[in-house]
Amino acid sequence: MFASTTLTPLRDRLTRDPHVTRLAVILVLLLTFFMLVKTKNFFGIATWQSMAVQFPEFGLMALGVMLTMIIGGIDLSVVGVANMTAIGSATLMMSIAPTGADSPQGYLAVAAAIAFSLIVGAIAGAFNGFLIAKVKIPAILVTLGTFELFTGIAVIITGGKPASGLPAQYGEIMAQRVFGIIPMPLIIFILATVVIALIMYKTAFGTKLYMLGSNETAARFSGLKTDNLIIRTYMTSGIYAAAAGLVMLANYNSAKADYGSTYTLLAVLIVVLGGVNPNGGSGRLSGVILAVVVLQVLSSLLNTFPNISNFYRPLIWGGVLLLVIVVNQWTKKNGLSRLFGVKGNKS
Amino acid sequence: MVDNVIAVRDIGKAFAGVQALDGITLEIAPGEIHCLAGENGSGKSTLIKVISGVHAPDTGTIELNGKTFSKLSPIEAISNGVQVIYQDFSVFPNLTVMENLALNAELAAHRTFVSWKRMRAVAEEAIAKINFTIDLDEKVGQLSVAQKQLVAISRALMSDAKLIIMDEPTTALTKREVDALFAIILDLKARGIATLFVSHKLDEVFEISERFTIIRNGKSVITCLPEELDHATFSHHMTGREFDDDHFVPEHVSEEPILETRGLGVDGAFADVDLTLRKGEILGITGLLGSGRTELALSLFGSKPADSGEILINGEVVEVGSVRDAIAHGIGYVPEDRLTEGLFLERSISSNIVISEIDSFVSKFGALDQRKADAEGQRWVDELKIATPNASNAVNTLSGGNQQRIVLAKWLATHPKILILNGPTVGVDIGSKHDIHRILRSLASEGLGVIIISDDIPEVIQNCNRVMAMNAGRIVAEIDPRTTTESELAELMSKDPSTIDGKG
Repeated sequence: MFASTTLTPLRDRLTRDPHVTRLAVILVLLLTFFMLVKTKNFFGIATWQSMAVQFPEFGLMALGVMLTMIIGGIDLSVVGVANMTAIGSATLMMSIAPTGADSPQGYLAVAAAIAFSLIVGAIAGAFNGFLIAKVKIPAILVTLGTFELFTGIAVIITGGKPASGLPAQYGEIMAQRVFGIIPMPLIIFILATVVIALIMYKTAFGTKLYMLGSNETAARFSGLKTDNLIIRTYMTSGIYAAAAGLVMLANYNSAKADYGSTYTLLAVLIVVLGGVNPNGGSGRLSGVILAVVVLQVLSSLLNTFPNISNFYRPLIWGGVLLLVIVVNQWTKKNGLSRLFGVKGNKS
Repeated sequence: MVDNVIAVRDIGKAFAGVQALDGITLEIAPGEIHCLAGENGSGKSTLIKVISGVHAPDTGTIELNGKTFSKLSPIEAISNGVQVIYQDFSVFPNLTVMENLALNAELAAHRTFVSWKRMRAVAEEAIAKINFTIDLDEKVGQLSVAQKQLVAISRALMSDAKLIIMDEPTTALTKREVDALFAIILDLKARGIATLFVSHKLDEVFEISERFTIIRNGKSVITCLPEELDHATFSHHMTGREFDDDHFVPEHVSEEPILETRGLGVDGAFADVDLTLRKGEILGITGLLGSGRTELALSLFGSKPADSGEILINGEVVEVGSVRDAIAHGIGYVPEDRLTEGLFLERSISSNIVISEIDSFVSKFGALDQRKADAEGQRWVDELKIATPNASNAVNTLSGGNQQRIVLAKWLATHPKILILNGPTVGVDIGSKHDIHRILRSLASEGLGVIIISDDIPEVIQNCNRVMAMNAGRIVAEIDPRTTTESELAELMSKDPSTIDGKG
């Protein structure tokens, strides 16, 4: 009796969010494996820098998807938004600062393109939200449809070819290393994370999102503006997808309608892996961030094995997604206590 | 051998430490009409689930068909002749009557191909057993409540039933439909089929039952014949307390009404509702399921805005076109089904309480003051004596009574002037029911206008100073609860709508 009461706080803290705990354990195991098996890669700074450049692409999308899933929806259109806005802003930049333009004009083009991209992302997201909240179509159908729509717009603008020939200033800014080591995309991701953390945990909007996801009818009966909340959530997701598009534009130095086609599944996978309930109402940002890192490390680790082809990647992502859902279902009742074999003596 | 159809002995069952059943014994003879009575939460449903094999009892035995079981599976229960007709009838609304009736047999026979002809024959035979005439091709969802019930009964009789358990079968029926149901029960009796009739409506159980078993807090209180009971002793056994004529008498009633409606109506639900509510009053609105009582509440709360008529607050016509309008006018609404409409089950107690006023905890810079919000939640937890060790626990850790207090707290936190409660004590234990009634009375004496919508007749009679009866979308009468009996009120509620001319 005595022992169990004194241990309670520790066990509570460990099992409060089983997803976060589990992910932390997985990450440590993964890193240990990486260090032992691929020691040379593990201790090379370049490995980590290339990761930090890559994961913000789908990490930013995942943050948006996370919000929509917390309210019990989903956003499958993020890749479509990212490509459409990236192509739009690439086109805009090239028209403001065509090849041979001077440097101030180039910076102006970059600023205009960033603003343009985020605004278009917000509009695209609001359009999703409008169809879901006002026209009352299920989110999965709406965003699947708009994914095709946005991709289609991107194809038409470019005629299906990559849009390239960006002003040099864009690549210059995005290739910056802060303090000489931290890549720009990572800085963008960290900023985006801070902003979303503030939204989720420090505003009434954030609390309302969780309530809305937990029970939409009760939310309406409590006087929440549910339609408005839904639209704002998808708008945020659209903005984050547009930011991801800007990172992709820099990383590939071009934009194309079918870039990042595996990211839709990856973003959903990350959010579920991070412990967000696909039915809405629960999930933590820390879990999602950990999930992003775990998947990037896993992906980089796979890259170091030349005999594992890229073709295996969708298979691995799909397998991980299903495994996570099964494990979540399995541990739903007792959380980690069941895994650890602690009999349910609730104290 | 005058064997019982079923005999359960010393049944005990606990859920998470709560003793739902404690040494229950119940015997039913062939053809007997046995009434199982008890308040909400007394263990009636659990007992039924033990008999029908849904729950395994912790202790005790079940004798069925001459065999003794320590627990039953649903299949064993059915194959030994136990059939349960649940409150929701468990019919498939999107299938036809024929499919509902014949599907079980068809599935049980493990046939690969469906023969519509065979199914029709089976269904016809089933309805013929109780002389029930109905179009077999009608979708069950289109039928009236009473017809759905008959479909469920027909289906129950198809397998060789020896005991039919009816869980509150009359809840949504009119008087005439209840009489028809009773005729069928008597017919079943003539064929040696026993009925276990679960109800807490006094008049009905006295009319039909041959023997009573009353349970309270999971224990058998008494098993006896109807002659040995009268209404007062029956109620006493059910509740364990003496009934004093404790009617609510308002202290200060304002001159001017705080809420008025004139000719209020929602198409297809109710029409021509005129009501007035003054500060300090508790107005009861009662009616059967489908009488329009819930729709009336929803239109006052803006969730189902009225199609005709007007709503006046403090003498001024106001527009209540949305829930937010209603809240802005100081109206709070405790919904009918707290689980689906009132609560955010996996969120914390304090966030559930403060959600409707959460914008008032936001600073100038848009930041939410979580500490202040939690303090407000804790204040209401203390005020309404919500039994929880920690206000940050999820709501689904609480019992029904405490959950209902949370819904109440949420609205009290918005400082409403008018509080509408739809079924405030459904599924709530007796202790909490009392507490909730006491809270409502003290709210009224503090100057709130309170409306209780409920089909729990004793509840409205005891706690309201005026009661309006709704029937088929109209207010059919306004009565003074001090001079009206429960059965008179029940009569008004369940009169066949066709016999009511105009507003009666």
